[in-house]
Amino acid sequence: MNKNYINYSVDIEKHSKLFWLISDSWVLAKRSIRHITRNLDQLFSVALFPIMFFLLFRYVFGGAIDTGSISYVNFLVAGIFVQMLAFGANYTTMNLAIDLQRGIVNRFKSLPIARSAWLIGHVGADLVRNMITGSIVIGVSFLVGFEPVATPLDWILIFILGALFSLAISWISAVMGLLVKSIEAAQWTGFIVIFPLTFVSSAFVPTDTMPFALRVFADNQPLTHVIEAIRSWLVGAPVGDSGYLAFAWCIGIIAVSVPLATWLFKRQTLR
Amino acid sequence: MNTKIDDKKNSTLENNSTSNDVLNEITISVKELRKSFKDVTVLDGITFDVKKGTVLALLGPNGAGKTTTVHILSTLLLPDSGDIRINNHEVVKDVEKVRSLIGLTGQYAALDEYLTGKENLQMIGRLYRLSHKAIKKRTTELLELFDLVSASNRAVKTYSGGMKRRLDLAVSLIASPPVLFLDEPTTGLDPHSRLIMWDIVRQLVSQGTTVLLTTQDMDEADSLADKIIVLNGGKIIAEGTSEELKQLVGSERLEITVAGDDNFTRAINLINEENLSIDKQARKLSFVINGGVRQLKQVLDRLDEDNIIVENISFHNPTLDDVFLILTGHMTQQLNTESEIS
Ligand SMILES: Nc1ncnc2c1ncn2[C@@H]1O[C@H](COP(=O)(O)OP(=O)(O)OP(=O)(O)O)[C@@H](O)[C@H]1O
Ligand SMILES: [Mg+2]
Repeated sequence: MNKNYINYSVDIEKHSKLFWLISDSWVLAKRSIRHITRNLDQLFSVALFPIMFFLLFRYVFGGAIDTGSISYVNFLVAGIFVQMLAFGANYTTMNLAIDLQRGIVNRFKSLPIARSAWLIGHVGADLVRNMITGSIVIGVSFLVGFEPVATPLDWILIFILGALFSLAISWISAVMGLLVKSIEAAQWTGFIVIFPLTFVSSAFVPTDTMPFALRVFADNQPLTHVIEAIRSWLVGAPVGDSGYLAFAWCIGIIAVSVPLATWLFKRQTLR
Repeated sequence: MNTKIDDKKNSTLENNSTSNDVLNEITISVKELRKSFKDVTVLDGITFDVKKGTVLALLGPNGAGKTTTVHILSTLLLPDSGDIRINNHEVVKDVEKVRSLIGLTGQYAALDEYLTGKENLQMIGRLYRLSHKAIKKRTTELLELFDLVSASNRAVKTYSGGMKRRLDLAVSLIASPPVLFLDEPTTGLDPHSRLIMWDIVRQLVSQGTTVLLTTQDMDEADSLADKIIVLNGGKIIAEGTSEELKQLVGSERLEITVAGDDNFTRAINLINEENLSIDKQARKLSFVINGGVRQLKQVLDRLDEDNIIVENISFHNPTLDDVFLILTGHMTQQLNTESEIS
């Protein structure tokens, strides 16, 4: 017990603000990425959820759904792909709510770090998680008979739009995570917001059999545009308006939700 | 680009031990701090200072506003009004600077349960902007110090309550901050860990760290604090060293237990000392003893002459517990009933 406990000779590094914003965000993202492999719950939904959904729609419902000129497998891949990215984003809502409920956010707040690093860390980890999920979806699709005709350029576009969409929906989820008052509520918001958005879209069925009101919603909501764009690239159909509408929606959502989430967090910080 | 700050800091420390001016330097200064949540006033004008290299203990019953005070001082909460400075930096305005000076151990563990103990230390170390080399060194030192080496590669969720508490403290020390806030730091620790913790706090303080701690443990305040503040109802109701506070509630008392109920009433009349307090059920009489052995002998002689058997005699020094209970009003009732009987 006679050792020197404190050691004033710690090296503090000096760098620019931008360097620390990136560094702090990376440190916090690394933390959340570690959670993916250590929390069985997350691992389960990242890996097994897409497989289950795929098999369910491909073999249980698939036979009864008429997708016209393209086979159901080829139709389905884009839908499952986007749906899984949207489901994955719910982890941002959950993880923010968990951090806020537990004491750990107080520690982060008392550190000399950039305010938004904590949010960027969570969203960044979401992106990594979604890349794994997305790869699993595509991988599984080949096993169940998917025959894409996408060119390498199409694949690059799919990757970029997928990442952008993941970021957009994660930032919305971040806003929700900052608004909810409990962890249970965080779970529910995912269910209430993300579920209808993914099902009332062209993810699993063509929208033309839906009742009018639903169809108008389904045809014009961002998920449908993202799904349509990705589907067109995968099966080699003309993309039409969906392509730029999908990008516009994603960028628009990010432009609104990033400052909103940051503002909400700042407001919470000092209250 | 690494900047070594050890030379500079060491020289400040040396100055510290030689010059009185520096010793009296005020590190934490709080003036007229007010805070309410909705219409509930939690802090109603609190003013105090903490000198560099000293320990201030905040005492107070549950809900007195201790945690609220710590949160405001550690930039987690905005005050409604008041002037709060740490090393002369305004806590409200100069937030970033203040954050680089402080370490905080909250009332509840602030750890990542899925990371290992070591990863928790490394993560916070990097967020304090320590170099990777410094992080490695500090992590090893702190794990050893808090007896967590063998558990360092296990997820924190497998730790016991006391282990989490120790890791939490270790994490707040990783950057050797000059100002440390500890909200009930030893709650839930076993006596051994508690002593180690006290030892660490003393060492930190002897090397110039300024500590503000809250506690429910009067021994802790007694043995660690240079100054104690008792909070109640949003106000400071007493302030001073533990000796000063004890004098507030009175001096040494002699406590006599008499055998037999009928003897008891006679004993009351025989003793006839000022300030006599009476506990009929336990047949206990106590009074201030300031006349030394002579007073003691006189009282015992009077009882003996009347053949009253004394079962037990004891001296009772006021403790911080007494101070706390009396000052925060939790003992008023008891005191009142005692004086009613007499
Ligand atoms: N965010 C909040 N909203 C409303 N009231 C609050 C909030 N935070 C604290 N309070 C109230 O402020 C008062 C002081 O709380 P505080 O946590 O500072 O007490 P404490 O002295 O730390 O108590 P304890 O010994 O139980 O830890 C309590 O009455 C509490 O209910
Ligand atoms: Mg408290």
